[in-house]
Amino acid sequence: MSSFWSIWISVITLGSILGCFLLLRWCLSNKTGVKEGDDMHHEFDGILEINNQLPRWWTILFYICIVWALLYLLLYPGLGNFKGLWNWQSSNQGILSLAESRAAVEKNKADGVISQYDREVDQANELFQPIFDGYYARPITELAKDAEALKVGQRLFSQNCSQCHGSDARGQRGFPNLTDNDWLYGGTPEKITETLINGRNAIMPAWFDSMGADGIEEVVNYVLGLSGRKVDESLAAKGKDRFVACAACHGPDGKGNQAFGAPNLTDDIWLYGNSHEKVTETLTYGRNGVMPAFKNTLGEKKIHLVAAYVYSLSQDK
Amino acid sequence: MKNAHELVEKNVGLLTILVLIAISLGGAAQITPLMFQQQTMTPVDGLKPYTALEMEGRDIFIREGCVGCHSQMIRPFRSETERYGHYSVAGESVWEHPFLWGSKRTGPDLARVGGRYSDEWHRVHLINPRNVVPESNMPGFPWLAENKLDGKLTAKKLSVFRDFGVPYTDEDIAGAQAAVQGKTEMEAIIAYLQSRGTALK
Repeated sequence: MSSFWSIWISVITLGSILGCFLLLRWCLSNKTGVKEGDDMHHEFDGILEINNQLPRWWTILFYICIVWALLYLLLYPGLGNFKGLWNWQSSNQGILSLAESRAAVEKNKADGVISQYDREVDQANELFQPIFDGYYARPITELAKDAEALKVGQRLFSQNCSQCHGSDARGQRGFPNLTDNDWLYGGTPEKITETLINGRNAIMPAWFDSMGADGIEEVVNYVLGLSGRKVDESLAAKGKDRFVACAACHGPDGKGNQAFGAPNLTDDIWLYGNSHEKVTETLTYGRNGVMPAFKNTLGEKKIHLVAAYVYSLSQDK
Repeated sequence: MKNAHELVEKNVGLLTILVLIAISLGGAAQITPLMFQQQTMTPVDGLKPYTALEMEGRDIFIREGCVGCHSQMIRPFRSETERYGHYSVAGESVWEHPFLWGSKRTGPDLARVGGRYSDEWHRVHLINPRNVVPESNMPGFPWLAENKLDGKLTAKKLSVFRDFGVPYTDEDIAGAQAAVQGKTEMEAIIAYLQSRGTALK
Protein backbone atom coordinates (compact mmCIF):
# COMPACT_ATOMS: atom_id res chain seq x y z
CA MET A 1 0.00 0.00 0.00
CA SER A 2 1.39 3.43 -0.87
CA SER A 3 2.17 5.71 2.05
CA PHE A 4 -0.52 8.12 0.85
CA TRP A 5 -3.27 5.56 1.37
CA SER A 6 -1.65 4.34 4.55
CA ILE A 7 -1.80 7.87 5.98
CA TRP A 8 -5.30 8.39 4.54
CA ILE A 9 -6.62 5.35 6.38
CA SER A 10 -4.77 6.12 9.63
CA VAL A 11 -5.91 9.74 9.74
CA ILE A 12 -9.57 8.88 9.08
CA THR A 13 -9.57 5.98 11.55
CA LEU A 14 -7.79 7.74 14.41
CA GLY A 15 -9.59 11.01 13.62
CA SER A 16 -12.96 9.24 13.88
CA ILE A 17 -12.07 7.74 17.23
CA LEU A 18 -10.85 11.11 18.50
CA GLY A 19 -14.04 12.69 17.12
CA CYS A 20 -16.16 10.19 19.06
CA PHE A 21 -14.22 10.95 22.22
CA LEU A 22 -14.58 14.73 21.82
CA LEU A 23 -18.28 14.42 20.99
CA LEU A 24 -18.84 12.44 24.15
CA ARG A 25 -16.93 14.94 26.28
CA TRP A 26 -18.85 17.80 24.71
CA CYS A 27 -22.19 16.14 25.32
CA LEU A 28 -21.30 15.46 28.95
CA SER A 29 -20.99 19.15 29.85
CA ASN A 30 -24.19 21.05 30.50
CA LYS A 31 -24.73 23.71 27.83
CA THR A 32 -28.48 24.03 28.11
CA GLY A 33 -28.58 26.90 30.56
CA VAL A 34 -30.86 24.78 32.72
CA LYS A 35 -29.69 23.38 36.02
CA GLU A 36 -29.32 19.64 36.17
CA GLY A 37 -32.48 17.98 37.39
CA ASP A 38 -34.64 20.96 36.33
CA ASP A 39 -37.48 21.03 33.86
CA MET A 40 -36.43 21.70 30.22
CA HIS A 41 -39.91 23.10 29.48
CA HIS A 42 -40.59 20.47 26.81
CA GLU A 43 -43.90 18.88 27.53
CA PHE A 44 -45.86 16.44 25.44
CA ASP A 45 -49.03 14.74 26.56
CA GLY A 46 -48.13 15.31 30.18
CA ILE A 47 -44.59 13.92 29.85
CA LEU A 48 -41.88 16.34 30.95
CA GLU A 49 -38.26 16.44 29.78
CA ILE A 50 -35.86 16.85 32.68
CA ASN A 51 -32.27 17.98 32.11
CA ASN A 52 -30.43 14.82 33.05
CA GLN A 53 -26.81 13.77 32.62
CA LEU A 54 -26.09 10.91 30.15
CA PRO A 55 -26.37 7.62 32.07
CA ARG A 56 -23.12 6.74 33.78
CA TRP A 57 -23.08 3.05 32.74
CA TRP A 58 -23.55 4.12 29.13
CA THR A 59 -20.78 6.71 29.33
CA ILE A 60 -18.39 4.15 30.78
CA LEU A 61 -19.26 1.67 28.04
CA PHE A 62 -18.48 4.36 25.50
CA TYR A 63 -15.03 4.95 27.04
CA ILE A 64 -14.38 1.19 27.11
CA CYS A 65 -15.23 0.96 23.41
CA ILE A 66 -12.74 3.70 22.60
CA VAL A 67 -9.99 1.99 24.60
CA TRP A 68 -10.89 -1.34 22.96
CA ALA A 69 -10.63 0.20 19.49
CA LEU A 70 -7.23 1.68 20.21
CA LEU A 71 -5.92 -1.60 21.68
CA TYR A 72 -7.22 -3.48 18.66
CA LEU A 73 -5.51 -1.10 16.27
CA LEU A 74 -2.31 -1.49 18.24
CA LEU A 75 -2.31 -5.31 18.14
CA TYR A 76 -3.93 -6.10 14.79
CA PRO A 77 -3.41 -4.66 11.29
CA GLY A 78 -5.84 -1.81 10.80
CA LEU A 79 -3.88 1.39 10.36
CA GLY A 80 -2.66 1.30 6.75
CA ASN A 81 0.71 -0.36 6.51
CA PHE A 82 1.12 -0.87 10.26
CA LYS A 83 1.00 -4.64 10.81
CA GLY A 84 0.14 -4.52 14.49
CA LEU A 85 2.31 -5.60 17.43
CA TRP A 86 1.19 -9.22 17.21
CA ASN A 87 2.23 -9.47 13.55
CA TRP A 88 -1.07 -11.20 12.81
CA GLN A 89 -2.81 -11.75 9.47
CA SER A 90 -5.73 -13.92 8.36
CA SER A 91 -4.22 -15.38 5.19
CA ASN A 92 -1.89 -14.61 2.31
CA GLN A 93 -4.21 -12.52 0.17
CA GLY A 94 -1.67 -11.08 -2.23
CA ILE A 95 -0.53 -14.32 -3.85
CA LEU A 96 -0.81 -14.82 -7.61
CA SER A 97 -0.17 -18.57 -7.93
CA LEU A 98 -0.13 -21.72 -5.82
CA ALA A 99 3.68 -21.65 -5.83
CA GLU A 100 3.56 -18.13 -4.39
CA SER A 101 1.05 -19.32 -1.83
CA ARG A 102 3.42 -22.07 -0.64
CA ALA A 103 6.34 -19.64 -0.60
CA ALA A 104 4.31 -17.13 1.44
CA VAL A 105 3.56 -19.79 4.06
CA GLU A 106 7.28 -20.51 4.47
CA LYS A 107 8.20 -16.84 4.48
CA ASN A 108 5.67 -16.04 7.19
CA LYS A 109 7.13 -18.79 9.37
CA ALA A 110 10.64 -17.45 8.87
CA ASP A 111 9.52 -13.87 9.58
CA GLY A 112 7.50 -14.83 12.64
CA VAL A 113 4.23 -13.61 11.09
CA ILE A 114 1.17 -15.26 12.63
CA SER A 115 -0.97 -16.29 9.69
CA GLN A 116 -4.23 -17.50 11.16
CA TYR A 117 -5.12 -19.85 8.30
CA ASP A 118 -1.63 -21.35 8.02
CA ARG A 119 -1.61 -21.95 11.76
CA GLU A 120 -4.98 -23.68 11.57
CA VAL A 121 -3.66 -25.97 8.82
CA ASP A 122 -0.45 -26.70 10.74
CA GLN A 123 -2.37 -27.64 13.86
CA ALA A 124 -4.60 -29.97 11.88
CA ASN A 125 -1.65 -31.51 10.06
CA GLU A 126 0.11 -32.17 13.33
CA LEU A 127 -2.95 -34.07 14.47
CA PHE A 128 -3.98 -35.86 11.28
CA GLN A 129 -0.83 -36.18 9.18
CA PRO A 130 0.62 -39.09 11.21
CA ILE A 131 -2.66 -40.95 10.73
CA PHE A 132 -2.69 -40.42 6.97
CA ASP A 133 1.02 -41.22 6.77
CA GLY A 134 0.42 -44.45 8.66
CA TYR A 135 -2.30 -45.52 6.23
CA TYR A 136 -0.26 -44.40 3.24
CA ALA A 137 2.56 -46.73 4.26
CA ARG A 138 0.28 -49.76 4.14
CA PRO A 139 -0.87 -51.48 0.94
CA ILE A 140 -4.42 -50.94 -0.30
CA THR A 141 -5.22 -54.66 -0.17
CA GLU A 142 -4.52 -54.56 3.57
CA LEU A 143 -6.42 -51.30 4.20
CA ALA A 144 -9.43 -52.80 2.41
CA LYS A 145 -9.80 -55.12 5.42
CA ASP A 146 -9.19 -52.43 8.06
CA ALA A 147 -12.53 -51.14 9.36
CA GLU A 148 -11.06 -47.86 10.65
CA ALA A 149 -9.30 -47.08 7.37
CA LEU A 150 -12.47 -47.87 5.44
CA LYS A 151 -14.44 -45.51 7.66
CA VAL A 152 -12.13 -42.64 6.72
CA GLY A 153 -12.23 -43.70 3.08
CA GLN A 154 -16.00 -43.87 3.14
CA ARG A 155 -16.27 -40.31 4.54
CA LEU A 156 -13.97 -39.00 1.85
CA PHE A 157 -16.00 -40.89 -0.74
CA SER A 158 -19.25 -39.32 0.51
CA GLN A 159 -17.82 -35.84 0.24
CA ASN A 160 -16.06 -36.13 -3.07
CA CYS A 161 -17.37 -39.04 -5.10
CA SER A 162 -21.01 -39.62 -4.17
CA GLN A 163 -22.26 -36.72 -6.30
CA CYS A 164 -21.68 -38.90 -9.38
CA HIS A 165 -21.26 -42.46 -8.14
CA GLY A 166 -24.01 -42.20 -5.50
CA SER A 167 -23.67 -42.51 -1.73
CA ASP A 168 -23.91 -46.31 -2.08
CA ALA A 169 -21.29 -46.25 -4.90
CA ARG A 170 -23.70 -48.06 -7.20
CA GLY A 171 -23.50 -45.31 -9.78
CA GLN A 172 -26.23 -44.32 -12.18
CA ARG A 173 -26.66 -43.89 -15.91
CA GLY A 174 -23.42 -42.43 -17.23
CA PHE A 175 -21.57 -42.87 -13.95
CA PRO A 176 -20.15 -46.34 -13.28
CA ASN A 177 -21.24 -48.69 -10.51
CA LEU A 178 -18.16 -49.29 -8.35
CA THR A 179 -19.48 -52.30 -6.47
CA ASP A 180 -19.94 -54.86 -9.29
CA ASN A 181 -16.29 -55.67 -9.96
CA ASP A 182 -16.74 -54.71 -13.60
CA TRP A 183 -14.04 -52.17 -14.43
CA LEU A 184 -13.59 -49.81 -17.35
CA TYR A 185 -9.96 -49.05 -16.57
CA GLY A 186 -9.04 -51.92 -14.33
CA GLY A 187 -9.87 -52.76 -10.73
CA THR A 188 -6.44 -53.42 -9.27
CA PRO A 189 -5.43 -51.09 -6.42
CA GLU A 190 -2.85 -49.49 -8.73
CA LYS A 191 -5.38 -48.83 -11.50
CA ILE A 192 -7.98 -47.41 -9.11
CA THR A 193 -5.35 -45.09 -7.64
CA GLU A 194 -4.29 -44.04 -11.13
CA THR A 195 -7.90 -43.26 -12.06
CA LEU A 196 -8.36 -41.14 -8.94
CA ILE A 197 -5.10 -39.23 -9.31
CA ASN A 198 -5.21 -38.35 -12.99
CA GLY A 199 -8.87 -38.77 -13.83
CA ARG A 200 -10.09 -40.45 -17.02
CA ASN A 201 -11.46 -39.22 -20.28
CA ALA A 202 -13.27 -41.80 -22.38
CA ILE A 203 -14.41 -40.96 -25.87
CA MET A 204 -16.89 -43.03 -27.80
CA PRO A 205 -17.09 -41.41 -31.25
CA ALA A 206 -20.38 -40.64 -32.98
CA TRP A 207 -21.02 -43.08 -35.84
CA PHE A 208 -23.97 -41.48 -37.56
CA ASP A 209 -21.93 -39.79 -40.29
CA SER A 210 -20.03 -42.92 -41.33
CA MET A 211 -22.68 -45.61 -40.71
CA GLY A 212 -25.97 -43.85 -41.27
CA ALA A 213 -29.18 -44.73 -39.45
CA ASP A 214 -29.45 -48.15 -41.13
CA GLY A 215 -25.85 -49.08 -40.36
CA ILE A 216 -26.32 -48.10 -36.73
CA GLU A 217 -29.49 -50.21 -36.52
CA GLU A 218 -27.48 -53.23 -37.73
CA VAL A 219 -24.65 -52.67 -35.27
CA VAL A 220 -27.13 -52.16 -32.40
CA ASN A 221 -28.66 -55.55 -33.18
CA TYR A 222 -25.25 -57.19 -33.26
CA VAL A 223 -24.06 -55.52 -30.05
CA LEU A 224 -27.22 -56.37 -28.11
CA GLY A 225 -26.83 -59.96 -29.30
CA LEU A 226 -23.35 -60.13 -27.75
CA SER A 227 -24.84 -60.27 -24.27
CA GLY A 228 -27.40 -62.88 -25.23
CA ARG A 229 -30.33 -60.61 -26.05
CA LYS A 230 -32.92 -61.61 -28.63
CA VAL A 231 -32.21 -59.63 -31.81
CA ASP A 232 -33.00 -59.60 -35.51
CA GLU A 233 -30.48 -62.19 -36.77
CA SER A 234 -30.19 -60.89 -40.33
CA LEU A 235 -29.53 -57.33 -39.15
CA ALA A 236 -27.07 -58.61 -36.55
CA ALA A 237 -25.16 -60.53 -39.23
CA LYS A 238 -24.75 -57.32 -41.24
CA GLY A 239 -23.83 -55.51 -38.02
CA LYS A 240 -21.09 -58.02 -37.38
CA ASP A 241 -19.32 -56.92 -40.56
CA ARG A 242 -19.59 -53.30 -39.52
CA PHE A 243 -18.29 -54.12 -36.02
CA VAL A 244 -14.76 -54.22 -37.48
CA ALA A 245 -14.71 -50.47 -36.94
CA CYS A 246 -15.75 -50.89 -33.29
CA ALA A 247 -13.23 -53.67 -32.70
CA ALA A 248 -10.38 -51.15 -32.68
CA CYS A 249 -11.42 -50.22 -29.14
CA HIS A 250 -13.89 -52.85 -28.01
CA GLY A 251 -11.84 -55.77 -29.35
CA PRO A 252 -12.84 -58.24 -32.08
CA ASP A 253 -14.90 -60.26 -29.61
CA GLY A 254 -16.45 -57.12 -28.02
CA LYS A 255 -14.88 -57.81 -24.66
CA GLY A 256 -13.57 -54.26 -24.37
CA ASN A 257 -10.14 -52.86 -23.63
CA GLN A 258 -9.21 -51.36 -20.30
CA ALA A 259 -6.37 -49.37 -21.88
CA PHE A 260 -8.97 -47.05 -23.47
CA GLY A 261 -11.73 -47.58 -20.96
CA ALA A 262 -13.67 -49.29 -23.75
CA PRO A 263 -16.45 -51.25 -22.04
CA ASN A 264 -16.96 -54.97 -22.35
CA LEU A 265 -20.08 -55.32 -24.52
CA THR A 266 -20.73 -58.97 -23.72
CA ASP A 267 -21.42 -58.83 -19.96
CA ASP A 268 -24.84 -57.13 -20.02
CA ILE A 269 -23.61 -54.24 -17.85
CA TRP A 270 -24.56 -50.98 -19.51
CA LEU A 271 -23.17 -47.62 -18.49
CA TYR A 272 -25.53 -45.60 -20.67
CA GLY A 273 -28.60 -47.82 -20.63
CA ASN A 274 -29.36 -51.18 -22.18
CA SER A 275 -32.52 -50.36 -24.14
CA HIS A 276 -32.47 -50.54 -27.91
CA GLU A 277 -33.13 -46.82 -27.93
CA LYS A 278 -30.26 -45.93 -25.57
CA VAL A 279 -27.70 -48.06 -27.39
CA THR A 280 -28.81 -46.44 -30.66
CA GLU A 281 -28.32 -43.05 -29.01
CA THR A 282 -24.83 -44.04 -27.90
CA LEU A 283 -23.84 -45.05 -31.41
CA THR A 284 -25.51 -42.08 -33.09
CA TYR A 285 -24.14 -39.28 -30.96
CA GLY A 286 -21.18 -40.90 -29.21
CA ARG A 287 -20.39 -40.57 -25.50
CA ASN A 288 -17.79 -38.80 -23.45
CA GLY A 289 -17.27 -40.20 -19.98
CA VAL A 290 -15.14 -37.96 -17.79
CA MET A 291 -13.76 -38.83 -14.40
CA PRO A 292 -12.21 -35.67 -12.90
CA ALA A 293 -8.66 -35.77 -11.54
CA PHE A 294 -8.44 -35.61 -7.74
CA LYS A 295 -4.71 -35.12 -7.34
CA ASN A 296 -4.99 -31.47 -6.37
CA THR A 297 -8.27 -31.77 -4.52
CA LEU A 298 -7.42 -34.67 -2.21
CA GLY A 299 -3.70 -35.31 -2.50
CA GLU A 300 -2.12 -38.75 -2.81
CA LYS A 301 -2.47 -39.79 0.81
CA LYS A 302 -6.21 -39.29 0.99
CA ILE A 303 -6.59 -40.81 -2.47
CA HIS A 304 -4.86 -43.90 -1.08
CA LEU A 305 -7.70 -44.27 1.45
CA VAL A 306 -10.44 -43.58 -1.09
CA ALA A 307 -8.86 -46.16 -3.39
CA ALA A 308 -8.86 -48.68 -0.53
CA TYR A 309 -12.54 -48.00 0.11
CA VAL A 310 -13.48 -48.29 -3.57
CA TYR A 311 -11.38 -51.45 -3.89
CA SER A 312 -13.05 -52.97 -0.84
CA LEU A 313 -16.52 -52.50 -2.34
CA SER A 314 -16.06 -55.19 -4.95
CA GLN A 315 -14.12 -57.64 -2.78
CA ASP A 316 -15.75 -60.62 -1.11
CA LYS A 317 -16.42 -59.71 2.46
CA MET B 1 -24.35 30.00 25.93
CA LYS B 2 -27.09 28.78 23.61
CA ASN B 3 -27.60 25.02 23.38
CA ALA B 4 -25.74 24.16 20.14
CA HIS B 5 -27.08 20.64 20.14
CA GLU B 6 -30.55 22.05 19.69
CA LEU B 7 -29.47 23.24 16.23
CA VAL B 8 -28.94 19.65 15.09
CA GLU B 9 -32.04 18.40 16.84
CA LYS B 10 -34.32 20.92 15.16
CA ASN B 11 -32.82 21.02 11.62
CA VAL B 12 -33.47 17.76 9.80
CA GLY B 13 -31.46 18.94 6.77
CA LEU B 14 -28.39 19.69 8.85
CA LEU B 15 -28.80 16.40 10.74
CA THR B 16 -28.93 14.50 7.42
CA ILE B 17 -25.77 16.16 6.16
CA LEU B 18 -23.88 15.44 9.38
CA VAL B 19 -25.07 11.81 9.37
CA LEU B 20 -23.93 11.40 5.76
CA ILE B 21 -20.49 12.76 6.62
CA ALA B 22 -20.22 10.45 9.63
CA ILE B 23 -21.12 7.26 7.75
CA SER B 24 -19.05 8.07 4.66
CA LEU B 25 -15.92 8.13 6.84
CA GLY B 26 -16.11 4.35 7.12
CA GLY B 27 -16.35 3.94 3.35
CA ALA B 28 -13.56 6.43 2.79
CA ALA B 29 -11.23 4.45 5.05
CA GLN B 30 -12.27 0.91 4.04
CA ILE B 31 -13.53 0.96 0.45
CA THR B 32 -11.85 3.84 -1.40
CA PRO B 33 -8.23 2.71 -0.84
CA LEU B 34 -9.07 -0.79 -2.20
CA MET B 35 -9.73 0.68 -5.63
CA PHE B 36 -6.12 1.76 -5.85
CA GLN B 37 -4.34 -1.27 -4.38
CA GLN B 38 -1.92 -3.28 -6.45
CA GLN B 39 -3.30 -6.37 -4.74
CA THR B 40 -6.84 -5.83 -5.98
CA MET B 41 -5.78 -4.79 -9.50
CA THR B 42 -3.21 -7.49 -10.35
CA PRO B 43 -4.70 -10.65 -11.85
CA VAL B 44 -3.40 -14.03 -10.70
CA ASP B 45 -0.91 -15.55 -13.15
CA GLY B 46 -3.34 -17.93 -14.82
CA LEU B 47 -6.33 -15.57 -15.16
CA LYS B 48 -7.91 -15.43 -18.62
CA PRO B 49 -10.75 -13.16 -19.72
CA TYR B 50 -14.07 -14.96 -20.17
CA THR B 51 -14.53 -16.51 -23.59
CA ALA B 52 -17.67 -15.31 -25.38
CA LEU B 53 -19.49 -18.49 -24.36
CA GLU B 54 -18.39 -18.22 -20.72
CA MET B 55 -19.54 -14.59 -20.68
CA GLU B 56 -23.01 -15.64 -21.83
CA GLY B 57 -22.96 -18.40 -19.21
CA ARG B 58 -22.10 -15.87 -16.56
CA ASP B 59 -25.10 -13.76 -17.53
CA ILE B 60 -27.34 -16.83 -17.35
CA PHE B 61 -25.89 -17.54 -13.89
CA ILE B 62 -26.95 -14.01 -12.93
CA ARG B 63 -30.34 -14.24 -14.66
CA GLU B 64 -31.31 -17.50 -12.94
CA GLY B 65 -30.35 -16.10 -9.56
CA CYS B 66 -27.75 -18.80 -8.85
CA VAL B 67 -25.85 -16.33 -6.69
CA GLY B 68 -28.78 -16.33 -4.26
CA CYS B 69 -27.85 -19.84 -3.11
CA HIS B 70 -24.27 -20.33 -4.26
CA SER B 71 -21.41 -18.18 -3.04
CA GLN B 72 -18.16 -17.92 -4.98
CA MET B 73 -15.85 -17.07 -2.14
CA ILE B 74 -13.82 -19.66 -0.29
CA ARG B 75 -12.86 -18.13 3.01
CA PRO B 76 -9.46 -18.85 4.59
CA PHE B 77 -10.70 -21.50 7.02
CA ARG B 78 -9.45 -25.04 6.91
CA SER B 79 -13.01 -26.35 7.10
CA GLU B 80 -13.66 -24.63 3.77
CA THR B 81 -10.38 -25.30 2.00
CA GLU B 82 -10.61 -29.02 2.80
CA ARG B 83 -13.82 -29.14 0.84
CA TYR B 84 -13.36 -26.54 -1.86
CA GLY B 85 -9.62 -26.07 -2.37
CA HIS B 86 -7.36 -23.04 -1.91
CA TYR B 87 -9.12 -20.00 -0.43
CA SER B 88 -10.15 -17.30 -2.89
CA VAL B 89 -7.67 -14.48 -3.40
CA ALA B 90 -8.10 -10.91 -4.60
CA GLY B 91 -6.23 -11.49 -7.87
CA GLU B 92 -8.89 -13.92 -9.08
CA SER B 93 -11.63 -11.29 -9.08
CA VAL B 94 -9.93 -8.33 -10.77
CA TRP B 95 -11.86 -8.86 -14.03
CA GLU B 96 -15.21 -9.47 -12.39
CA HIS B 97 -17.75 -6.72 -13.08
CA PRO B 98 -19.57 -7.08 -10.82
CA PHE B 99 -18.11 -9.89 -8.73
CA LEU B 100 -20.48 -12.72 -7.81
CA TRP B 101 -19.03 -13.63 -4.42
CA GLY B 102 -22.50 -13.90 -2.93
CA SER B 103 -23.13 -14.32 0.77
CA LYS B 104 -25.60 -17.20 0.95
CA ARG B 105 -24.83 -20.89 0.85
CA THR B 106 -27.92 -22.98 0.47
CA GLY B 107 -25.90 -24.95 -2.05
CA PRO B 108 -22.13 -25.39 -2.02
CA ASP B 109 -19.62 -22.71 -2.89
CA LEU B 110 -18.79 -22.63 -6.59
CA ALA B 111 -15.56 -20.63 -6.58
CA ARG B 112 -13.55 -23.71 -7.63
CA VAL B 113 -16.20 -25.93 -9.17
CA GLY B 114 -14.37 -25.90 -12.53
CA GLY B 115 -13.09 -29.39 -13.35
CA ARG B 116 -14.71 -30.97 -10.30
CA TYR B 117 -17.50 -32.56 -12.36
CA SER B 118 -17.80 -33.61 -15.98
CA ASP B 119 -19.81 -31.55 -18.47
CA GLU B 120 -22.26 -34.43 -18.68
CA TRP B 121 -22.76 -34.39 -14.92
CA HIS B 122 -23.56 -30.68 -15.05
CA ARG B 123 -26.03 -31.25 -17.90
CA VAL B 124 -27.90 -33.97 -16.05
CA HIS B 125 -27.68 -32.07 -12.78
CA LEU B 126 -28.96 -28.76 -14.16
CA ILE B 127 -31.94 -30.40 -15.88
CA ASN B 128 -32.95 -32.16 -12.66
CA PRO B 129 -30.47 -32.19 -9.76
CA ARG B 130 -32.15 -35.18 -8.14
CA ASN B 131 -31.14 -37.38 -11.07
CA VAL B 132 -27.62 -37.38 -9.69
CA VAL B 133 -27.94 -36.12 -6.11
CA PRO B 134 -31.13 -37.60 -4.62
CA GLU B 135 -31.11 -35.39 -1.51
CA SER B 136 -30.61 -32.14 -3.44
CA ASN B 137 -33.11 -29.30 -2.96
CA MET B 138 -31.87 -27.28 -5.93
CA PRO B 139 -34.51 -26.50 -8.55
CA GLY B 140 -34.13 -27.91 -12.05
CA PHE B 141 -33.37 -25.63 -14.99
CA PRO B 142 -34.51 -27.75 -17.95
CA TRP B 143 -35.15 -24.78 -20.23
CA LEU B 144 -31.42 -24.08 -20.40
CA ALA B 145 -31.06 -27.10 -22.67
CA GLU B 146 -33.74 -25.77 -25.03
CA ASN B 147 -33.01 -22.05 -25.20
CA LYS B 148 -30.57 -21.12 -27.95
CA LEU B 149 -28.28 -18.12 -27.85
CA ASP B 150 -28.46 -15.60 -30.68
CA GLY B 151 -25.35 -13.74 -29.52
CA LYS B 152 -26.72 -10.35 -30.50
CA LEU B 153 -25.36 -8.66 -27.41
CA THR B 154 -22.28 -10.81 -26.79
CA ALA B 155 -19.85 -8.49 -28.57
CA LYS B 156 -21.25 -5.53 -26.67
CA LYS B 157 -20.81 -7.35 -23.35
CA LEU B 158 -17.18 -8.07 -24.14
CA SER B 159 -16.54 -4.51 -25.22
CA VAL B 160 -18.12 -3.13 -22.02
CA PHE B 161 -15.79 -5.40 -20.06
CA ARG B 162 -12.90 -4.07 -22.13
CA ASP B 163 -13.86 -0.56 -21.09
CA PHE B 164 -13.51 -1.77 -17.49
CA GLY B 165 -9.96 -2.89 -18.25
CA VAL B 166 -10.37 -6.55 -19.21
CA PRO B 167 -7.82 -7.24 -21.99
CA TYR B 168 -10.08 -8.32 -24.88
CA THR B 169 -8.65 -7.99 -28.37
CA ASP B 170 -10.57 -6.63 -31.36
CA GLU B 171 -10.69 -10.18 -32.75
CA ASP B 172 -12.28 -11.47 -29.51
CA ILE B 173 -15.04 -8.91 -29.82
CA ALA B 174 -15.50 -9.32 -33.57
CA GLY B 175 -15.81 -13.10 -33.22
CA ALA B 176 -18.01 -13.04 -30.13
CA GLN B 177 -21.37 -13.47 -31.81
CA ALA B 178 -20.20 -16.27 -34.09
CA ALA B 179 -18.70 -18.06 -31.09
CA VAL B 180 -22.00 -18.35 -29.25
CA GLN B 181 -24.67 -18.29 -31.95
CA GLY B 182 -26.75 -21.46 -32.01
CA LYS B 183 -25.23 -22.82 -28.79
CA THR B 184 -27.66 -23.64 -26.02
CA GLU B 185 -27.78 -21.78 -22.75
CA MET B 186 -26.86 -25.09 -21.14
CA GLU B 187 -23.55 -25.18 -23.02
CA ALA B 188 -22.88 -21.58 -22.01
CA ILE B 189 -23.50 -22.02 -18.29
CA ILE B 190 -21.48 -25.26 -18.21
CA ALA B 191 -18.59 -23.45 -19.92
CA TYR B 192 -18.86 -20.74 -17.28
CA LEU B 193 -18.98 -23.23 -14.39
CA GLN B 194 -16.02 -25.19 -15.73
CA SER B 195 -13.95 -21.99 -15.79
CA ARG B 196 -14.54 -21.24 -12.11
CA GLY B 197 -11.44 -21.16 -9.96
CA THR B 198 -9.10 -22.72 -12.48
CA ALA B 199 -6.94 -19.59 -12.79
CA LEU B 200 -5.05 -20.10 -9.53
CA LYS B 201 -2.47 -22.69 -10.50
